[in-house]
Amino acid sequence: MSDWYRDFANSGVGTTITRQLGLPRPAVLRRYEPGQPLLPGPALVGSAGEGRLRDVVTGVLTAAGVRADGGRDDERLSAVVLDATGLTGPAQLAAAHELLAPAVRRLGPSARVLVLAEPPADAATVAQAAARQALEGLVRSVAKELRHGATANLVLVPAGAEAALAGPLRFFLSGRSAYVDGQVLTLTAAEVPAGDDPDRPLAGRVAVVTGAARGIGAAIARVLARDGAHVVAVDVPAAGESLAQVANAVGGTAVALDITAADAGPRLARQLQARHGGLDVVVHNAGITRDKLLVNMDADRWNAVMAVNLQAQLDVTQALLDADGVLRSGARVVSVSSQSGIAGNRGQTNYAASKAGIIGMVRAWASEFAGRGATINAVAPGFIVTEMTATMPLGTREVGSRINSLQQGGLPVDVAETIAWLAQPGSAGVNGQVVRVCGQSVLGA
Amino acid sequence: MAPQTRKAAIVGGNRIPFARANGAYARAGNQDMLTATLDGLVARFGLQGRTVGEVAAGAVLKHSRDFNLTRESVLGSRLSAATPAYDVQQACGTGLETAVLVANKIALGQIESGIAGGVDTASDAPIAVNEDLRRTLISLGSARTVQQRLKALSGVRPGQLLPEVPRNVEPRTGLSMGEHAAITAKEWEIGREEQDALALRSHQNLAAAYGRGFFDDLVTPFLGLTRDDNLRPDTSLEKLATLRPVFGAGGSATMTAGNSTPLTDGASAVLLASDEWAAARDLPVLAHLVDAQTAAVDHVHGGEGLLMAPVHAVPVLLARNGLTLQDFDFYEVHEAFASTVLATLKAWENPAYCKERLGLDAPLGPIDRSRLNVHGSSLATGHPFAATGGRIVATLAKTLSEAGPGKRGLISICAAGGQGVVAILES
Repeated sequence: MSDWYRDFANSGVGTTITRQLGLPRPAVLRRYEPGQPLLPGPALVGSAGEGRLRDVVTGVLTAAGVRADGGRDDERLSAVVLDATGLTGPAQLAAAHELLAPAVRRLGPSARVLVLAEPPADAATVAQAAARQALEGLVRSVAKELRHGATANLVLVPAGAEAALAGPLRFFLSGRSAYVDGQVLTLTAAEVPAGDDPDRPLAGRVAVVTGAARGIGAAIARVLARDGAHVVAVDVPAAGESLAQVANAVGGTAVALDITAADAGPRLARQLQARHGGLDVVVHNAGITRDKLLVNMDADRWNAVMAVNLQAQLDVTQALLDADGVLRSGARVVSVSSQSGIAGNRGQTNYAASKAGIIGMVRAWASEFAGRGATINAVAPGFIVTEMTATMPLGTREVGSRINSLQQGGLPVDVAETIAWLAQPGSAGVNGQVVRVCGQSVLGA
Repeated sequence: MAPQTRKAAIVGGNRIPFARANGAYARAGNQDMLTATLDGLVARFGLQGRTVGEVAAGAVLKHSRDFNLTRESVLGSRLSAATPAYDVQQACGTGLETAVLVANKIALGQIESGIAGGVDTASDAPIAVNEDLRRTLISLGSARTVQQRLKALSGVRPGQLLPEVPRNVEPRTGLSMGEHAAITAKEWEIGREEQDALALRSHQNLAAAYGRGFFDDLVTPFLGLTRDDNLRPDTSLEKLATLRPVFGAGGSATMTAGNSTPLTDGASAVLLASDEWAAARDLPVLAHLVDAQTAAVDHVHGGEGLLMAPVHAVPVLLARNGLTLQDFDFYEVHEAFASTVLATLKAWENPAYCKERLGLDAPLGPIDRSRLNVHGSSLATGHPFAATGGRIVATLAKTLSEAGPGKRGLISICAAGGQGVVAILES
């Protein structure tokens, strides 16, 4: 689906008009394609205080063929990475300002600002906690100031979690995170398997995607397959025709299954065991909306949304955990939550409740999953351009898609890329997290 | 050569929902439906880009342009283009016959895997030019001089412009299949009530099977249709009793639109393989095709009913396998008409008929009716001629698999021209 306004704003006459009228000028985002370099240009790496992650960062950059020397003064920067793990108090924040202010001026299109720090909760002193927390305000604000598709994000790396940083670092620098902006991600210490093929990080993995027949689910299936996974595409029997088309397009397997059926979990587990010898990745994407104001909402609307969006995820996940040997070690579960689950949305009490419930679910399950060497996370899409949004009234759609720092709606592939990253073996240190794919939406921020 | 034979495994099946003629699939041709059905099978078993030993399928009502229907459908599907294919045409026996052909090649070790199928459209039926006009056009084509051309053209008469529409009529008797079935129904004294009761059970069984998700891995929706649209879950004996007879004459006529199959569009396919081929790909084995038999009767001069050939085929098949008619856990008797099923069962119970016509010392005897067509049959699903065999094979294979290992099922399908195809499956 084309963004006519973005295309107009980037045309010759459109550039002039939007600039003179002070209208939003959404950029064409750099999105990942296989074989694409991690960054198109040089990166600048600096630190505030005595950082401990510089080696990890330069290691990742160098391995990806990126110049980490900050480039020449007249050269556009593709990324600036600030290692703030050495912060002891607010005084050292000046170093952050000192590094970022001139660097931001030099950023190229779709550049990345990435700040690495330790969690405020782990701070030794109050001053240190304050300084660490201050970074959140800094990053969220700079994300709003950046232009031309550039993003800023904060990754909190607790002591001992250094090995878990490489995967998330690559994600945030790459085009895979095009629509992830202004977010804070907290890592946990985990054993990270070595040696992913960066172009096929999911090679040999079996991935189940629910609601795969169309929209975001179909995009998830495509991206997981592109990254090497065998995709088991699940959707309700009535969607079987397009489900088969998706499965055939990605070289996967179609399974027509109503995930709210009482035996859906065991059935899926049996089939995965028999046909694929187990599974590595589960993407709970299936979801429905039955919008009404709370006062007008009947029980059917409430119950249908809860059954599909939340209860089925709980039941199917539990069934997979219970089925002996089905969920292989290093398994990854990713649930699709929603901006509505964070910010709330008028007319969506049922939907928002179900999507907030998902956040509760992944947080509560995280430690049990960690015990199995597995992870469970959620992604919360913001305004994503789909067939569904195409039917919205023009005004609602335009406002909805522009009220974020990137001034445009995201694409299904943006959600899919984030999920595919969470599904990677290299994401072992991301657990119990909610990653918003919303271009730093003003809703629920 | 391969002296040893093995039993071919039925891995699974796929069909599109069957649609009453001139309905949901009115604009779809045989090739569209067969291709979609193959693609659904490919998606279910992850066969994208794979080569299977062969695809055998066919259609009863076929356009002349579809001379290579199955191969063209394979080329349009996600199967590897290196998959050979051929067409089979044995009226309503086509679907089961293709399964037998593929299974036999697997049994002989000539192939390791194959797909059997069938498709038919009564909506997109071929319409041919009038036979006289066709001859005129052929002479026109072979004419060399202007004079010859003019002479050929002068043969054209207005009456020749009427096209030839395919009819559901036996060429040698001029009677429709329903009229033939009505004769048999009268001969065997098959009552209206028992026909309606059989039709009702077919609808109820099919509705229940859909209700519990039995067809989730046997059917792939097509063109917006998600279930067989001939299915009437809420029909009743009272409703069926109100229908007027359409076949047979006089007050004794019993066959209505409710207890006869309607003209239907649809397609089906079944994946067969050796056990080794299935195991190597972690694919399931629902059942094995044990044995099959065809028979034909002389419905023109022999005094036998047009659709009675399976009655003759089954005792031969039973004798060869050392089985009695009661040795089966499930029976799939194709419901061309309710009266056909009932006449078939009655014939097997009749000592005189079994002795005189089938040459048996004793009748085959009755079957446990609760094991008959337990997931519905053609009266409820509809009957796209060549697609019915694949529907029955896949449905029975899954039924047997669900019931557990060592279960046995019998398939009986009658066909135009006085033919019948029957087979035994075992889980």
